[in-house]
Amino acid sequence: MTPIIEARSLGKHYRVAGGGLFGQSRRTLRALDNVSLHVMPGETLGIVGESGCGKSTLGRCLLRLTQSSSGRVLFEGEDITTRSERALRRLRPRMQMVFQDSYASLNPRRRIADLLSEPMRVHRQPSGAPHDRSFIAQRLRDLLDLTGLPISALDRYPHEFSGGQRQRINIARALALQPSLIVADEPVSALDVSIQAQIINLFTDLRETLGLTYIFIAHDLSVVRQIASSVAVMYLGAIVERGGTDSVLHAPAHPYTAALITAVPEPVVSAGARSRVILKGDVPSPVSPPPGCRFHTRCPKAEARCSVEIPALRPLVPAPDEALHEVACHYPLHPASNVPDRYATG
Amino acid sequence: MQDELFAARDLTIALPGSQGSMIRIVENLSFSLAPREILGIVGESGSGKSMTALAIMGLIDVPGARITGSMLFKGQELVGLGARALRRLRGREIAMIFQDPMTALTPVHTIGWQIDEQIRAHESLSRAGARARTIDLLGEMGVPDPRRAADRYPHQLSGGLRQRAMIAMALSCNPSLLIADEPTTALDVTVQAQILDLLRRLRHNFGSSVLLITHDMGVVAETCDRTLVLYAGNVAERGPTGDIFAHPGHPYARALLASIPPLHGVRPSRLLSIPGQPPSPAERPAGCPFRPRCPQAHAQCEQTPPMVRRGEQDIACVLAAPEPVQA
Repeated sequence: MTPIIEARSLGKHYRVAGGGLFGQSRRTLRALDNVSLHVMPGETLGIVGESGCGKSTLGRCLLRLTQSSSGRVLFEGEDITTRSERALRRLRPRMQMVFQDSYASLNPRRRIADLLSEPMRVHRQPSGAPHDRSFIAQRLRDLLDLTGLPISALDRYPHEFSGGQRQRINIARALALQPSLIVADEPVSALDVSIQAQIINLFTDLRETLGLTYIFIAHDLSVVRQIASSVAVMYLGAIVERGGTDSVLHAPAHPYTAALITAVPEPVVSAGARSRVILKGDVPSPVSPPPGCRFHTRCPKAEARCSVEIPALRPLVPAPDEALHEVACHYPLHPASNVPDRYATG
Repeated sequence: MQDELFAARDLTIALPGSQGSMIRIVENLSFSLAPREILGIVGESGSGKSMTALAIMGLIDVPGARITGSMLFKGQELVGLGARALRRLRGREIAMIFQDPMTALTPVHTIGWQIDEQIRAHESLSRAGARARTIDLLGEMGVPDPRRAADRYPHQLSGGLRQRAMIAMALSCNPSLLIADEPTTALDVTVQAQILDLLRRLRHNFGSSVLLITHDMGVVAETCDRTLVLYAGNVAERGPTGDIFAHPGHPYARALLASIPPLHGVRPSRLLSIPGQPPSPAERPAGCPFRPRCPQAHAQCEQTPPMVRRGEQDIACVLAAPEPVQA
């Protein structure tokens, strides 16, 4: 089977003002560094990491909303890295994006009917024929139905809706052209918990009904665990660990992943103190990432080798039975030794 | 009770709405805080949790705002207290930290200068003496190389360090009550873990009580001794954190906990979600405010729910356990 989307050694570099009185010496910020991944049809890949780790840049580069600096992007096996905007337009209907800020994504002066039908007015049908009026009218009703919005929504404006409902509108618009891939960048992080659950359920339902493939970018590990079949963990522009969701989150092999998981405050009050790894300091600047392993400055397990040699992403030995589990660490935590009983899946 | 540091009783905050109406943002809120205790106020956006914090600080400056009920701090009534008396309390006795440290720090001075000023505003101390205290404080907050950090401007520090600087400033006069309004919401989880750890240690190192306001049930579970769950400006439930998380009594508290995707254990195929959304303050229904979204709502819920006592929990629901307390 061909992956629906694939990245090969993707890099994105920005030139930023560096030292000097007028910032005349320019430096390079490596937002993405040698990132490779692929997503199979029907799969949901969760991309997690802290702010500035490059997860949003990765999402944008995959859809070519941002032009990558190096590496290649393949959509359904076709290399789209250097495609012209014109040539890309044919593929755009198949790949859509949902953003975090539901209000900023919707033009406040346009009614929901206009917002939802715009993609159909801009793009043609796969056959090449324009979408006609009756098709659009029917499609609008279907979209509202799919996303749980009332038919009365069509004549209203974005500000008349709550954050959760506006996110439904954004999802409906992303679905208008029947895409196969949706990249969702922190789609629920601005919502209250009770509303967040509604939207996560909506994503789950739509995946089942429409056979969608998602790339779900989020900083919240429990949200990602709920929706994703596989997970990639990013740190300072690189993937440090990836594999099946359960494998990565229950038996993390990278010390960073382990720290990230134990740092999540859980809504459970337990009698004993949790064993937790509290990392020292903050994420270093991506303009001057540490040499060797980028995590070594905060890593509780770092050794001399880690500050010199960049660890490659390689499969765990022995490989767990499910999907491939890979880690970029010289001294990975042995998965078996890191699985206390409470991590066992029920 | 004598050993209470702070006690709010029937606190109601109303702001003027359109056409002369008054909109009650917070209604009949009662809670108390013991010395060295960490109390969590948890609720969704619009539940009135930040308004409560601002009311304690005397920082609601909306013209025509009406605050009724009582707020006793060390036996002193804060409701109706004059600006001068309040200013004497603020900073020295009651301090506050915010979600965004940039709102509390001025960008034009070094953080050391700002903390020095705060100390000197409340105590007669020389510049050098104040600076020495500042450096100590920054060190205690886990700021690496505090002497150098004191000479830096806020924009030169990372989010986590700025948050530490703000906490250092808030603690500079050894307040007995620290109000923390979403102190970790803007931070990454690994940095959040550091700051929560710091807050938990304050009671030992500074003897401070903390009122922690958050929307994150996980933060409450890990940090607070007791918890107050607010819904639409009203107390839904309050009690020891362990009891509430183990046996939530209010249908809202129960649903809220069930709607959080778990990080461990069985992964549900669908999350339990609460239908609809919280009412805006102007559109709250009569009786129980959760009634329109409650799966167990019935006719009795149209009346104001009683506060039902169950063990050490207080639950604002008619369906909660038998022995009602006299309000």
